[in-house]
Amino acid sequence: MIALATTARILRQLRHDRRTVALLLVVPALLLTLLYFMYQDTPPAFDRIALIMLGIFPFTIMFLVTSIAMLRERTSGTLERLLTTPLRKTDLLFGYGLAFSLAAVVQGAVATGVAYWLLGLDTSAGAGLILLIAVVDAVLGVAIGLLCSAFARTEFQAVQFLPVVVVPQILLCGLFVPREQMAGWLQAISDVLPLTYAVDALGSAGATMWRDVTIVAGAAVVALILAAATLRRRTP
Amino acid sequence: MIEVRDLVVERGRRRVLHGISCVVPAGSVTGLLGPSGSGKTTLIRAVVGVQIVKSGSVTVLGQPAGSAALRRSVGYVTQAPSVYADLSVRENARYFASLYGLGAAAADQAVADVGLKDASGQLVGNLSGGQRSRASLACALIGQPQLLVLDEPTVGQDPVLRAELWGRFHALAAAGTTLLVSSHVMDEAGRCDRLLLIRDGLLIGDDTPAAIRAAAGTDDLEEAFLRLIRSQGQEVAA
Repeated sequence: MIALATTARILRQLRHDRRTVALLLVVPALLLTLLYFMYQDTPPAFDRIALIMLGIFPFTIMFLVTSIAMLRERTSGTLERLLTTPLRKTDLLFGYGLAFSLAAVVQGAVATGVAYWLLGLDTSAGAGLILLIAVVDAVLGVAIGLLCSAFARTEFQAVQFLPVVVVPQILLCGLFVPREQMAGWLQAISDVLPLTYAVDALGSAGATMWRDVTIVAGAAVVALILAAATLRRRTP
Repeated sequence: MIEVRDLVVERGRRRVLHGISCVVPAGSVTGLLGPSGSGKTTLIRAVVGVQIVKSGSVTVLGQPAGSAALRRSVGYVTQAPSVYADLSVRENARYFASLYGLGAAAADQAVADVGLKDASGQLVGNLSGGQRSRASLACALIGQPQLLVLDEPTVGQDPVLRAELWGRFHALAAAGTTLLVSSHVMDEAGRCDRLLLIRDGLLIGDDTPAAIRAAAGTDDLEEAFLRLIRSQGQEVAA
């Protein structure tokens, strides 16, 4: 119950911030449109890259939004106060996870809708499955964002986790160089990065896809458990 | 109600509290007074159980401070108003009510109790500093805690509101609530039932305002505080 009340509270905060809502909804669709015009002459390239982006955008954006939101909770003193109330640490993390996942559903629906209907994206899997994978990717971003916010004391530091945590995963996920063509040690690193499976899931079908989605969801759960472990009631 | 024994706290490499012992009796308003940087907030954080302590103990309602059982019975208002700036006063209060399993009625009552009924639809971020700290106070009143710990709740309030807030604190104490209120303003000391005077992490006075005045031989509490500090300095020198 407290977790759901927390979700409702976070969504209310979001609702009062109309500009953030607009940015969340419009930016991924605009970026996909940009890709469409960049690859106008090579539709297969657009299909490949836009599909991967449908996974990378929600992951990156939700990572950033969540880590900043959680950091604000820490710096404003509300976290310290919440931890003196009956709220459990898991209530807070679950509340954040659910709130931003719901935001990701709406964001993903807009981006997927634009990609398929306006930009003519053509993929082997249906739009519904792609949306599901995009939302699981967003949940991964939320979970890793919650974990990383524990290691940042200021907004400046939180933003720096993007190049540290997110960019290497984007570089090694198979977007720029197919994973089979990477050096062995790069492939090994790529194998342990969760975004690799998020991107893999989008390009595959059937059993492989569900395996990938399960791995991404599992990574999100592990990140949430670690985030709960780093949330301390007592601080120095 | 609150029992602090030989409490030592270090923040970073600095020792902030040097072995404090005191007792806060139930159903009273106890003022924690001292200049800024004296360790008031650290002591308060130890009482609500969010401060890592080096040694000593803090017991609240017979339980170690910060125990899960105390989270329903202790209300805490931090020094900076810890409410969500991007929510309205009402939305803040209702969220905190839900943490105690209470409904909208309890939340709206607490908002009215701190005199923010007319501003309840406004975003906290748009309120004045004084209104913001009252919004923060409202969120702590909702659960009707047995112990209310307030860190400088009257900063930035106008004199009329300040008097009203102190009236409310005493009404709560009369109804059985225990209040620990910190302040760095000496003219508020006289409004407390008991005083804890703290300076540089040491407790230099623990008594009723009347007894502190009598012991120091002056009616002015500010002056009494000064004399206590000087007499302590002499003791150390001697």
